[in-house]
Amino acid sequence: MAEYWNITENAQVNFEKFKKEKPEPEMSITYKVGHKDFVNSGKASSEIKLMLKRLGVNPEILRRVAVASYEAEINVTAHSIGGNIICDIYLDCVHIKFKDNGPGIKSLEKALEPGWSTADDLVREMGFGAGLGLPNIKKNSDIMHIDSEESKSTLLEIIIFY
Amino acid sequence: MGINTKEFIKSIDGEVLTDTQNLENVIIEGGYVSDLLSDVMGNARENQVWITIMKHLNVIAVAALANMNCVCFANNVTPDQTVIDKAIEENVCLIKSGLSTFEIAGRLYQLMHQ
Repeated sequence: MAEYWNITENAQVNFEKFKKEKPEPEMSITYKVGHKDFVNSGKASSEIKLMLKRLGVNPEILRRVAVASYEAEINVTAHSIGGNIICDIYLDCVHIKFKDNGPGIKSLEKALEPGWSTADDLVREMGFGAGLGLPNIKKNSDIMHIDSEESKSTLLEIIIFY
Repeated sequence: MGINTKEFIKSIDGEVLTDTQNLENVIIEGGYVSDLLSDVMGNARENQVWITIMKHLNVIAVAALANMNCVCFANNVTPDQTVIDKAIEENVCLIKSGLSTFEIAGRLYQLMHQ
């Protein structure tokens, strides 16, 4: 398994419309994520949250975006050699793509299992590594898509409708 | 629905590490005890006090992102000034207490259900 999709029932209609209409984002911002850079990790997610807050997105949606985005940002920091976050803001949703430069997920099936983790001691010392990252992202997003292969890069993208 | 923050601080013999003037803005509607960030993000709710013994910077990031406006450190755990500064910047109230997580949670529960 190298690809995984989770589309919540409520978002199906909106997602079909999104794919069909391919709207232009109102705003698009790219952030860099450094390997094991725990000092800066989380900054992109808090900026995204702040931007959406200014646009008037409701607090519960903000919380879901922030949690899903922060977990994904931490994943790139903790498990990859670095990468980028591209945040596209639309009128009715936010689409965030987390692209890293490898080394890929060995077993996507296992990575999606709550409690399963490959985190090292440093990551655990930071309070992460409980194996709840991907399950939390799934729980808080409307659409979640992962494309990964061992020794290659990983793309994780999420869409949350307001 | 919420409880009085000052009353909570008094009940746990707590010390406020951040700005004491803004305590009126701190809303406490419950509590969550955890020392795992992902657990907090997955299961804690808005306006709960987060009771923990973790004191690194990520605690503030998680609290702010998950809309929790108060973190309570148990066992006299004291974070570094950089962590306190970050909390002030993010509008997260920090309290420390010499009590254990169990005791703090118990007293908060009592206050909420009296």
